[in-house]
Amino acid sequence: MTSTAGDHTILPGIRALVTPEGVELRIRLAPIGDRAIALIIDLSIIIGSLLLLTLGLFSVLSQLNFNAFNLTYIIWMLGFFVLRNFYFTLFEAGRRAATPGKRIMGLRVVARDGAALTADSVFARNAMRELELYMPIAFLFSQGEGVEALITLSAIVWCGIFVLFPLFNRDRLRAGDLIAGTWVLKSPKQVLLPDLAEQAAPTTILAFTDAQLDQYGVKELQVLEQVLRAAQPAAMEAVSNQIRTKLNWARRLNETDEMFLNAYYKALRQRLEQRLLFGKRKKDKFDQS
Amino acid sequence: MDATLRSLRFRKEREGSWRQLEQLLDRAEKRAISHLSDEEMLSLPALYRAALSSLSVARATSLDQALIDYLETLSARAYFFVYGSRTSLKQRVVKFFSYDWPAAVAAIWAETAIAALITIAGALTAFMLVSADPDWYSAFVSPEMAGGRDTAATTEELRKTLYADPKDSEGLSVFATYLFTHNAQVAFFAFALGFAFCLPSSLLLAYNGTVLGAMMALFMSRGLGFEFTGWIVIHGVTELFAIILAGAAGLRIGWSIAFPQDLSRMSAATNAGKRGAIVMIGVTIMLLMAGLLEGFGRQMVTSDIARYAIASLTGFLWFSYFYRRTTNDQHGR
Repeated sequence: MTSTAGDHTILPGIRALVTPEGVELRIRLAPIGDRAIALIIDLSIIIGSLLLLTLGLFSVLSQLNFNAFNLTYIIWMLGFFVLRNFYFTLFEAGRRAATPGKRIMGLRVVARDGAALTADSVFARNAMRELELYMPIAFLFSQGEGVEALITLSAIVWCGIFVLFPLFNRDRLRAGDLIAGTWVLKSPKQVLLPDLAEQAAPTTILAFTDAQLDQYGVKELQVLEQVLRAAQPAAMEAVSNQIRTKLNWARRLNETDEMFLNAYYKALRQRLEQRLLFGKRKKDKFDQS
Repeated sequence: MDATLRSLRFRKEREGSWRQLEQLLDRAEKRAISHLSDEEMLSLPALYRAALSSLSVARATSLDQALIDYLETLSARAYFFVYGSRTSLKQRVVKFFSYDWPAAVAAIWAETAIAALITIAGALTAFMLVSADPDWYSAFVSPEMAGGRDTAATTEELRKTLYADPKDSEGLSVFATYLFTHNAQVAFFAFALGFAFCLPSSLLLAYNGTVLGAMMALFMSRGLGFEFTGWIVIHGVTELFAIILAGAAGLRIGWSIAFPQDLSRMSAATNAGKRGAIVMIGVTIMLLMAGLLEGFGRQMVTSDIARYAIASLTGFLWFSYFYRRTTNDQHGR
């Protein structure tokens, strides 16, 4: 139903997804660091809840004079089993498609072909954790001497291949992602920022000639936008001085840097957007078309 | 100069519907989907398409980078929501038991046969080795696992381990739970190991077989072969079948990565992985049943004949459930 991604790369870490409506969406792969932090958060939650479970059951046990030992032991074993094998699956099969750790880091699991993420895929990608996560941990804590130590060491190296798998492929897939047909995307919530053109002072005071507006292109406009949004006086001063020189601009009385930049931003955007409507996109200041 | 920009006017006109979509998504993601009213549910796809078209227009006419970024993330969020999974849990569960699970198991019948052969080969090897020289026994069965069932035990002691006293059923539920979690872990492991090109999965399957073979040899040497078989098969039919299926699903993954045929390695692995996952969910269910049979059934049913009867019944049920379809009945998925 949708075509993907994978085949044409725009920027490193950015992939294109074409929706059934035919619009190309740009999606960002989750950085490895974010995923590692998310995993650490999740593991802390798992270990924390195991500790809580153990403590809780112990206090219940001491209340009941150890009569209910069997029952509490069963609850503990099942709790451990469920946490170990289904913590990730249950959360990722939910509406957010993310574990608490991933949610905090603004990540989500998405099917690589752009279709719906199925419960089967989520199960598959997490069943692989046995190989990628729990086995290496088990080997790290196993002890041995002589030959046994050597075997453990080679086992750790062997496991390392799976642990470090995401570092060795373009789409940062771990083995589980590969077999489940999923990948992990960064989907931060973005707030709609106010339009800068709205904040600009009436342009009647600061008027620019067409020649002055033809000095820059889209790329410079977007840099200017970033400078204005960051609103750092030092940067604004440097940029406005540079622009003034380039335009041969005579500074007016009580004209602040911010005022000037805002006015120029608005005028430049208007000019460039107007040309855009006629099918001309002036890429940058070197673009003389 | 004109006071307002065209792109600013465009934004002012559409902003309301973007905000509305954003709020709906926030609410839908925070709580269950049922918190949205019907009206809101119906408006979502329309708002999503409006956002998409705004994005296209903005890309073509606006040079406000922040606006385009915002629309891009909003559309992506809405996209995942609108095209996300729509089936309810109940539908999913019904479909799983009525179609998905048996179909997935039937589809890996060849790997299942291989996994079964590997297990049998392991069992035979261990059986012959231990029969020839009982010292081999400790190499296959670790002391914890043997729990007193070793070569030093007398025949009488061995016989006793096969028939627990039904009155002594205090720890049974603990035992059943332990067996279930332990076996399920082995099964998950066998599945995950398949990714490493089949070999480790095969080793695990063979090892599983050797434990069985070694114990068999021990009990046969004491003339308890028939009784031991009854003790094993009552739950073993379900349990061994489950572990073999898990191994088979793993083998399928390893095999399709090594020999992807017409597909790319990536999509071959993905196909095998998704089908394997279905098998694995089923394996977990089977192991839960095996744990119950082993923990309760075996301790309470001490008649050999009854044990064999239960074993054949479970075996028959599993086989007819998984392989009842004829070949032209299978929809290729």
